[in-house]
This record gives sequence, structure tokens and C-alpha cells, in this order.
Amino acid sequence: MIATQQRTQSGSTQSPRSPSAQAPFLSVSVTEPVKLGNGVQAYVSYRVITKTNLPDYQGPEKIVIRRYSDFVWLRDRLFEKYKGIFIPPLPEKSAVEKFRFTAEFIEMRRQGLDLFVNRVAAHHELQQSEDLKIFLQADEDTMERARSQEASIFKRRPSDLMQMFKDVQAKVSDVVLGKEKPVEESNPEYEKLKHYIFELENHLAEAQKHAYRLVKRHKELGQSLSDFGKAVKLLGANEGNALGKAFSEVGGKSEMISFKLQEEAHNLLMNFEEPSKDYVRAVQSIKATIVERGNAFRHQCELAESVKLKEINLDKLMLMRSDRVGEAEIEYQELKAESEEATKRFEKIVHSMNEEIVRFQDQKTLDMGLAFHEFAKGQARLANSVASAWRSLIPKLDSMSNTRNSH
Amino acid sequence: MMEGEAAAAAAAQLFESPEQMDSLALDEPSTAPTDRSNARSDPAAHPLSQSSSPRPSPGYDDAIVLSSPSSTRSRSPKSDSSFNSFLEPPSYAEAIFTSFDSSNVDANGNSSHNSQSGSSSEFLRISVSDPHKEQDLSNSLVPGGNYYYTYLITTRTNFPEFGGTEFSVRRRFKDVVTLADRLAESYRGFFIPLRPDKNVVEGQMMQKHEFVEQRRIALEKYLKNLASHPVIKKSDELRVFLQIQGKLPLPKTTDVASRMLDGAVKLPKQIFGESVGGAVDISEVSQPAKGGRDLFRIFKELKQSVANDWSGVKPAVVEEDKEFLEKRDRLQNFEHQLTDVSQQAEVLVKAQQDIGETMGELGLAFVKLTKFETEEALYESQRVRAGDMKNIATAAVKASRLYRELNSQTVKHLDKLHDYLGMMIAVNNAFSDRSSALLTVQTLISELSSLNSRIEKLEVASSKIFGGDRSRMRKIEELKETVRLTEDAKSCAVREYERIKDNNKNELERLDKEMNDDFFSMLKGFVVNQAGYAEKMADVWEKVAEETIVYGKESL
Repeated sequence: MIATQQRTQSGSTQSPRSPSAQAPFLSVSVTEPVKLGNGVQAYVSYRVITKTNLPDYQGPEKIVIRRYSDFVWLRDRLFEKYKGIFIPPLPEKSAVEKFRFTAEFIEMRRQGLDLFVNRVAAHHELQQSEDLKIFLQADEDTMERARSQEASIFKRRPSDLMQMFKDVQAKVSDVVLGKEKPVEESNPEYEKLKHYIFELENHLAEAQKHAYRLVKRHKELGQSLSDFGKAVKLLGANEGNALGKAFSEVGGKSEMISFKLQEEAHNLLMNFEEPSKDYVRAVQSIKATIVERGNAFRHQCELAESVKLKEINLDKLMLMRSDRVGEAEIEYQELKAESEEATKRFEKIVHSMNEEIVRFQDQKTLDMGLAFHEFAKGQARLANSVASAWRSLIPKLDSMSNTRNSH
Repeated sequence: MMEGEAAAAAAAQLFESPEQMDSLALDEPSTAPTDRSNARSDPAAHPLSQSSSPRPSPGYDDAIVLSSPSSTRSRSPKSDSSFNSFLEPPSYAEAIFTSFDSSNVDANGNSSHNSQSGSSSEFLRISVSDPHKEQDLSNSLVPGGNYYYTYLITTRTNFPEFGGTEFSVRRRFKDVVTLADRLAESYRGFFIPLRPDKNVVEGQMMQKHEFVEQRRIALEKYLKNLASHPVIKKSDELRVFLQIQGKLPLPKTTDVASRMLDGAVKLPKQIFGESVGGAVDISEVSQPAKGGRDLFRIFKELKQSVANDWSGVKPAVVEEDKEFLEKRDRLQNFEHQLTDVSQQAEVLVKAQQDIGETMGELGLAFVKLTKFETEEALYESQRVRAGDMKNIATAAVKASRLYRELNSQTVKHLDKLHDYLGMMIAVNNAFSDRSSALLTVQTLISELSSLNSRIEKLEVASSKIFGGDRSRMRKIEELKETVRLTEDAKSCAVREYERIKDNNKNELERLDKEMNDDFFSMLKGFVVNQAGYAEKMADVWEKVAEETIVYGKESL
């Protein structure tokens, strides 16, 4: 639960988690994954526990059961409504079938879902979302209905549909008119940001790849130490003298250290590799927002164009004293309102993004700082226990060697 | 380690070209490619079998590997000091296991076993160097096409037998094979170190010069092993090999065909069981039957061994030494287990190598990220993050180097396993010397018995004829002569058998002691190594954990 550990400057309304304080708080945890169903339809459900003193919520504590697609629903809703905000990412949708129900994968997913919902709850705008309230509180049936309605296209508002058609229309006309490049903002700072984001994703993906491999290497080294230890112990059993005992000791230690390596592999996965992956996902979320901003910009431009044309047309009609002036006037006003609406939306996105970027950088420094700290701690812990395990063996070996020499 | 040093220094300069940064993780020190190419090129050779360093005296490698970090400090003065700061002077932990290791492997490059002969002031140091390509002038069906390599064998010694202290000869691999064969003949029953394999190149992957280098290393190791065997190091064969200039004056291993010609002269003697002309060379009888020369004898011994196997009756002389049989069985088990351990050791070494590589690649990726964030930073939080990343990257690169060093040491220690696997083969050879000598004795005994029964039959038949049977009498005389010769041969063979048994016994004792010494020091070396490097890694990571402690949950 990170709601109470937030250190951003976003002005979020978080406070120390003391029940006696009247400061508003909202904290969520995603727990207890349970596999349900059979065969192809099997899935995992999670317990989502909400603790809050906010008035809009039904009481201080609420527990609901949710599955992955419910989280997806929430995110999709948020993404639609809150353009310009970097919606926290979800752990990946599909996984290789074989690993879908391994303990490791389920734990990784649970962690990712917990992080997601907490980030939403901690964001000063997103936490106001009605959809969040539904997600955290609605009973399972309501949730299921909401989720399945989302899939249907008729849930969309008519204006959304119109917009979609217009987008397509615009794209077609662009092509017809030979406008190859889509209209882009001519904002050098923004260009720099876009370039930064795209480059960053590449770098991060590479780092994450190696982090994942490092986890694997720990497992492999652990396995090889275990096998080596076993073989050495057998060799020791065969000898039966002081040397044999020495072999047995070394083999035993080897096996023990193998466990430590497996432990560290898991720690590395959860506390370093996953945060690295999370960073990548966050950047991908920003990319999606960039696309939205681009759409909003284009939309705004098109409408502005249309308004200008309509204005010219209106003037023409007025000069011609046509009886269609009234109609045209109304259309013009409507279009103008739409255009202003689109401009406002675009500007809101720009404004949001500027705030979000600062928040993002700050948050990521903290997130990665923690991940690095855990990585270093884990490696140090491993190295120390390996060192002390082997060191403890040296006096034993010495004494075995000495007894051997004394006869 | 030279390439690795240069690459590390390059990475230290964060604003180098990406190619150079790439070369940091992907560039292996000169040790690693040798290991890998060895593994690929010679399927017969164990990856652990080659010394991981091309230098001829592995004893000094520890010191060299550990001192090389300090040598880079003078190299790139303008590099980022934070990278060079991890090239620390050897720590206490290093000092401990450096000295431990080098006491085990002395300047000879030989494992120091205090020889019972007590003359620890005597030394025999051999090095193999300077491969030369030379034209093969004889038998060239392809004119100008055949060539071979010769190697310079340099010896330094104070053995009185040599009558000199320092000398060199040029030998080719064929000469080594000859030496090995002659030793095998003269020192039956001894655990003679195995010579390097004859064959060779693994397909397309290995260059000629890699192969030659591999062979040079193998030859050196072989000669050093010979020089550390308490009996063989004093052998004439070895001395002649090391000292006599020009053509090697040891009889070459001849092919069966020429042996046949040789043997054809003696064949009538064997076939008719008569001594035609001179006596049979007794000492030859006691040598194992081989090649075309002793075709007939081979048949007889084969017949005997089959008789031993199939008949319910025990042969006249049988391996009775229970102690020997026990030891042999135990050694066989030991060999099995040792093979397993050796295989797992291989896997372990690979895993250690892999984790080191991946750690290095991770470090590199963060170096790139650091550079990127630093260049593009618009916000303070980015600069802070870049700083954190740099610490992690530094630590990861350091850890990667530590893994590499750990591994090259591990390879040296676990190499002992492979050495002893080779030793097991030598032991088996010595044991089969014993059983073939025994077989020879058995064959001669049964031959004696069949000769004697023939004599008996003839005497019985002859006595039935009044006045004797002259032709039979003559025959009996001839047979009695053969019996006398065969008796002599049998005594010789028995003596040889006893000699070999004795050699076996002494060698087993020697093996026991050396094995104990070697394995104890191997285990200790391995353990000290692991502990030492783990401690160094702990230091590296503890430092970073400290640097990032503000982010930790503990600090809340």
C-alpha cells in the first residue's frame, strides 16, 4: 500500500495513517489470489480490501472480489476519461499459457495489480473517479455487468461515435488531399519530450531484459551448486576417511548455498526486475497519452479549419442575403462551440501532461531508488551469507587435514 | 586480462562511443575465449583440462591476475575516477588466498609433493615454446604439401644424470608419442601420466594457431607431469628426449606390417616349437605380446584367457591379493563418482561465467541509461536518478569482474578433478599391465603342462617298444629342451609379474598420499576462493545499499 507513502508534489491529499486523524485517506490492498474454475476457463480472483474515511465510500472498510479483467475495465475507463494523465500501467495481459498459474507469475501479477490500484487511489484527480468507486465497492454482479457492457459498442455515447467517424473521414481526406504527414504540434520542447520518451523506452527495455536474465542466472547457479554438492557428497561417502568427510562437508555447504541463491532469485524478480518492468510499462502508458494528445491536437486543428470555412460560408450567405443564413448561423455557433471545446480539451491535456511529467520523473526516481536499494541489499545479503557459509568450513577442513597428517 | 583492462578504462569514460561501451560487456579477457575454444575444439579434451592462462607457469598466475588491476591506474589519467576507484589494491581477503594458492603450486608449475626421496633441492623444470612450422620431406606424396610443427623444449635442472644445467631441443609430436610408448614398455605397473591426445581439430571452429597453442600447453603439462613422477623423472627415456639433439634416439613405434616381416623370421621357431639356431630371446617373452612379431604368442595368450574365463577350473596362478582387489574396486567407484563431480564442476563453472556476463551486461545497460538521463535531464529528479543508476552500474560492473576472476580461480582448483580422471586411466593401464603379465605367466604354465604331458605320453609309448624308439626318443629330447627354455621363460615372466605387482603397490601408496594432499588443498582452495570473492562482492553491494538507503522502506 503506497497511499500513505506518497512523496510527490502533486498535492495529493495523503496523510499519516493514524486512525485518529481526521485527514482523508484511501488505501487499498490486493491480496489472496485464488484460482477458480477449470481448464480453459480457469482464472484467478483477488481480494480487494479498501480502507477509507472518505464520505463517498460505503463505510470504513470494504472487501470485494475482483479478477484481472475487472482491473482492465477500470484502466480502460480511466484512460478514456482522463486524457493527459499518465494512467498507471497494468501487468501484462496475456502470458505464456504454461506459466499463467505458477505461484511466481500469480505473485508478480498480484503485486502489479496492487501497485496499479494504489497509484490510482493516490492520484489527486484519478481518485475522484466514479469508476474507481464502482471498482472498489460494487458487488460482483454489478461489476460483471459493467464489465460486459464495456465490451459492447452501444455503450459509447453518440458523440463518441460521431467523433470516430469523423476521424476516419479526416484520415481519408488527408490521404485524398495528399497530406502525407499528419498535423503535428510545432513545439520544440514537446518534440524533445517525445524523443526522450521513445528513447527511454528502448534503454529501459534493455535494462529490464538483462534484469530478467540475471534472475535466471541466479536460478541456474543455484541449481548447478546443488547438483555439484550432491555429486561431491557421493564422492565423500565413497572415500570414508578424513578426505571423505571433507568432501561431504563441502558438498553439504554447496547445497545449502544453492537455496540462498534461489531465494535471492525470487527477491531479485519481485523487487528489482518487476519494478524495472513497471518502469517500462509506465513509459508505454506515456506513449499512449502522447497519441491521445496528438489526436486531440489534430481534432482541434480540424475543427478550427472547419470553423474558418463555416465562417467564410456564413459571410458569403450573409452577403447574398440568403434565407439559409439563420440555419448557417446556428451551425456556425455549434461548430464554434465544438471547436472551443476541442481546444479546451487539448489545452487541458497539455496542462495535465506538464504536471504529470514532473510527477512521473519524481516518482520514478523514488521507485527506482527503492528498487536499486533492494537489489543492492539482496546481493549484499546473499554475498554475506555465502561468504560466512564457506568461511565456517575452513577451520573444519584445517582440522580434518591436521588429523590426517598426524598419523 | 589486458583487453579487459582497456575496456574497463573505456567504460570509465562515460561519454565514449557506444561501440566501446558495448565492448565492455562483450569483450572477454584473454582467458575466457581460450576456455571456450578449448571446449569447442577438442571434444576429447575436457574444458577444464587446459590451463586458463597461456602463460607457461600457472603458479604465478594468481599473483598476476590479482596485481593487474593496480597496473591500470597509470593508464588512463583522465578517466572518470569513480570507475577507477573500484580497482582497489588487493584486500586482506585477497592476500590470504593468494598466498595459499601459490604455496600449493610451486614455481615448477608442479604440485609440490614432498617426495619421500627427500631431495627437495633437486629440480627439473621444463617449458615448451616457440612452435615452428617445418617441411615434411619424407613420404610426401603431395610435393611441398606436408608439414609439421616442432616445439622448443627447454630444460633447467640440477639432476646429476643430465650432466648439464640448461639445454634445449626441438621435438615434434611424433617424438612425444614415441617417448610415451617407450615409457609404457619400460615402466609397466607404474601410473604413467597420459600423453596428450593425437587427434585433433574440431571442424571449422579452430584455427591452426589455436590448435598449435593448445598442443603446446598440453605438451608442457605432460612433460611437467613426467618430471614430477618420482621414478619416471629419472628415466633414461625422458633424459634422452629432453637432452639429445637432433633425431630422437628411441626406437619408434613401428607399424604391424614391418613387424610382420620382423616376426616372419622368428615365426618358424614359434610354429614348430623348436629352437632353430639361437635361443629365443627370454626377455622378449616377458614383454607383452604385441604387433605382428608375436602373432603366435597372441593366439596362445588369447586361448589361455578364454580358457580362464570359460573353464570352471581356476588357472594355476590367480590374482589372490585381496587387498589389491579391494583397492581396485574402491578406485573404480571413486572414478565413477569423480566423473560425476567433474561434469557438475563443468556446469558450475559455466553458470558462474554466465552470471558474471549477465551482471556485466546489466551494468552496461545502466551505464547507457545514466548517460542518456544525464544528457536529457530537464529535472533535478532525473539527475538524482542518473546518479543512482551510475552507482548501480558501477557495482554491477565490479561484481561482473569479480565473478570472472572467481571463475578463473575456480577453474584452476577444479582442474584437479580432471587431472585425477586422467590419473585413473593411468592407474587402469598399470592394472592391465599387471593382468597381462599374469596372463603371460598363466600361458607359460599351461604350455609347460601340455609339453610335459606330451613328453609323458611319448615316454609311455616309447617304453612299449623293446629297445626304445629312436624317433620318439629324439622327439622327447627336443621337447625336454623346449621345456627347459619354457621354464626359464616362465621364471622370467613370474619375476616380471612380481615386479609389476610391486610397482602397483608402491604407486598405490603414492597415489593415496598425493590424492589426499591434492584434494584437501583443492577443497580448501575452492572454499577460500568462494568465501573471499563473496566477501568482496558483499563490500561492493553494501556500499550501494548505503548510497541508496534514503529510498529504503527502513528509512520511513
